[in-house]
Amino acid sequence: MSGMTAVAMSGGLDSSVVAWMLSRGDEEIVGLSMLLWDRGEEVVHGRCCGALDLGDARRVAEQCGIPHYTLRMEKEFRRSVVDPFVDGYLAGTTPVPCTRCNTWIKFGLFLERARQLGAQRIATGHYARIVRAGDQFELHAARYRDKDQSYYLFELTQEQLSTSRFPLGEKTKDEVRSLAREVGLRVAEKGESMELCFVSGGIREFVEREAAARPEIGEIAAEGATVRDRAGTVLGRAEPYYRYTVGQRRGLGLGSPERLYVLGVDAGANEIVVGGREELLVAGLMGSPMHWIGERQTGEVEATVKIRARHAGVRCRVSTDEAGRTVVEFDQPQHGVAPGQAAVLYQGTRVLGGCWIESALENGS
Amino acid sequence: MAAEPLEIVFTGSGTEANNAVIESCCSVSHLETSGHLVVSAFEHPSIEESAARFEARGGRVTRVAPGTDGVVDWRDFAAAMEDDTRLACLMLANNELGTVQPVSQAAVSCREQSVPLLCDATQAAGKIEVNVVDLGADFLVLAAHKFHGPLGAAALWVSGRRDLTPLLVGGGQERRRRAGTLNVAAIVGLGTTCELAAAELDDRARLLAGLRDRFEAGLRTIGGALVHCADAPRLPNTSHIAFRDLSAEVLLIRLDLEGFAVSTGSACAAGAAEVSPALTALGLEEDEIRGSLRVSFGITNSPDEVDDLLAALGRVVSSLRQGALVARR
Repeated sequence: MSGMTAVAMSGGLDSSVVAWMLSRGDEEIVGLSMLLWDRGEEVVHGRCCGALDLGDARRVAEQCGIPHYTLRMEKEFRRSVVDPFVDGYLAGTTPVPCTRCNTWIKFGLFLERARQLGAQRIATGHYARIVRAGDQFELHAARYRDKDQSYYLFELTQEQLSTSRFPLGEKTKDEVRSLAREVGLRVAEKGESMELCFVSGGIREFVEREAAARPEIGEIAAEGATVRDRAGTVLGRAEPYYRYTVGQRRGLGLGSPERLYVLGVDAGANEIVVGGREELLVAGLMGSPMHWIGERQTGEVEATVKIRARHAGVRCRVSTDEAGRTVVEFDQPQHGVAPGQAAVLYQGTRVLGGCWIESALENGS
Repeated sequence: MAAEPLEIVFTGSGTEANNAVIESCCSVSHLETSGHLVVSAFEHPSIEESAARFEARGGRVTRVAPGTDGVVDWRDFAAAMEDDTRLACLMLANNELGTVQPVSQAAVSCREQSVPLLCDATQAAGKIEVNVVDLGADFLVLAAHKFHGPLGAAALWVSGRRDLTPLLVGGGQERRRRAGTLNVAAIVGLGTTCELAAAELDDRARLLAGLRDRFEAGLRTIGGALVHCADAPRLPNTSHIAFRDLSAEVLLIRLDLEGFAVSTGSACAAGAAEVSPALTALGLEEDEIRGSLRVSFGITNSPDEVDDLLAALGRVVSSLRQGALVARR
């Protein structure tokens, strides 16, 4: 491949191995790190943007013999990822900030900056695959499903896929770690970052802190949410509504003999609706207009849908209503359809695209 | 620099020297302090952050803003003094813009009002004449590495009129004004670099100004570049420029990849571009700040290198502008 490739380097294991792999070839490589969230003096390992991780990225780049730069994108990250995340929780939904970050930051602003810096394409440590089929670029799940990150990439476009590479898509985590050990990368023993990179501590505290710092949000509910069942019977009081997500069982503090789950969150009323596990089951979902990665498909499409990152997937039929919204009908009812999450459609390993979940389709509707 | 040997206190850095003077005059390290401090609004962080700490602990600070030419009006500076002003700080040349400040005029009025004046000459030393008698400040700071000397040695000149309470105690070094074993090798280097600078000052200034002027003249062929503070008295080595339509962060990296090291802020902040305090103090628009680059020339640079830099800058700027056109289509 001709021209320069920019590797997005977080200082973690995966992107470091990508930098190493590409730097062994004969193409020109530059390592770029993003400063997304200024942690100031806070020292937290395994989280991007800490001084320690940016330092690791720089030193790995040195080991690879490639130039390395850090790009400041805190403002854009806040605007495109953090603020919508907080807004999402305050609206009673369960946002997926990693998808927004991929769409707007990594494959948006970062790709644009990398091109301005003279790169023809970017490479990241995502576990997913890009397959060229004729003049189309297809997104596929990683070869090994346990690390697959394709769910978070469903909003990518042809343009973005055509200028991106995922060198880890065919690898297992063990292979990646062994490679790092073998060549002596300093991050070989680094742990996984499982939580959201910008939240340290609890999500609730984070949302409250952020809301307090944004005057336009105004007062948010400080008192506990009213908990009721579907019939409207008030069962008690819990924490404020934004503490809850559909399908959640813990933290309701009701002491009821039967196991109760959150069925819905009403932000305006500061109310949580709860019910038994069987009440969580829904027949499908309504979502935002479909984003198709390849050609837009019309009529009813059969696919497998994942309704959250760790969902096993269920067969479904997908169509569009008159308003252009996506209608997904499951072959078997599913529990935990949470507004704000993404519904991502697969055929085999291929990601067709997806939509943002707006509401559940009630049984029999 | 017309200083007496006994008036010099060697320190480990300019930052240490600035901190020592402010501590001595303003008791910044005390949990509670009081009184008033005057600084220009674009002092080096070693002064600005000391001022902020002074403020946080009960002191009052007046920050005197420069004009749009990057120069503080000494009358504004003089007018900022109050009855309980404990110290005034005015740098000799700004560390980002290179603009030379009216220290001697400010010193006259500080003396009239009995306010000690600290002049941070770190950026100026070795590039323009630094004469403590002519400047008339009470304290003056310079650091060796800013003019081809070694890292780790700085000089704090304390006027015979003033005392200095030591920041570091526990030894009788520097006539009890700075305890701790001296970094003799670096201090000898500082002495040598001062001697060389004094002997070659005029030649160096001519060389540097020639390189800078060549650069700024060449910029016109690239188009769309502003030179900040072009009409103000400036150090001969510094050119601070802005492309309103481009991001300095991108320019900096593209130039670095081509082998040219320039900066978006002060040299200390290279790599992670903070919003420049100097440019903010000038009151520039955000897009102008975002597109600002500092280019500094050294005595080892040649006119050919300036031409190479201009060629690289021209390539980068036109490729970015083309890219922006494509993106807009």
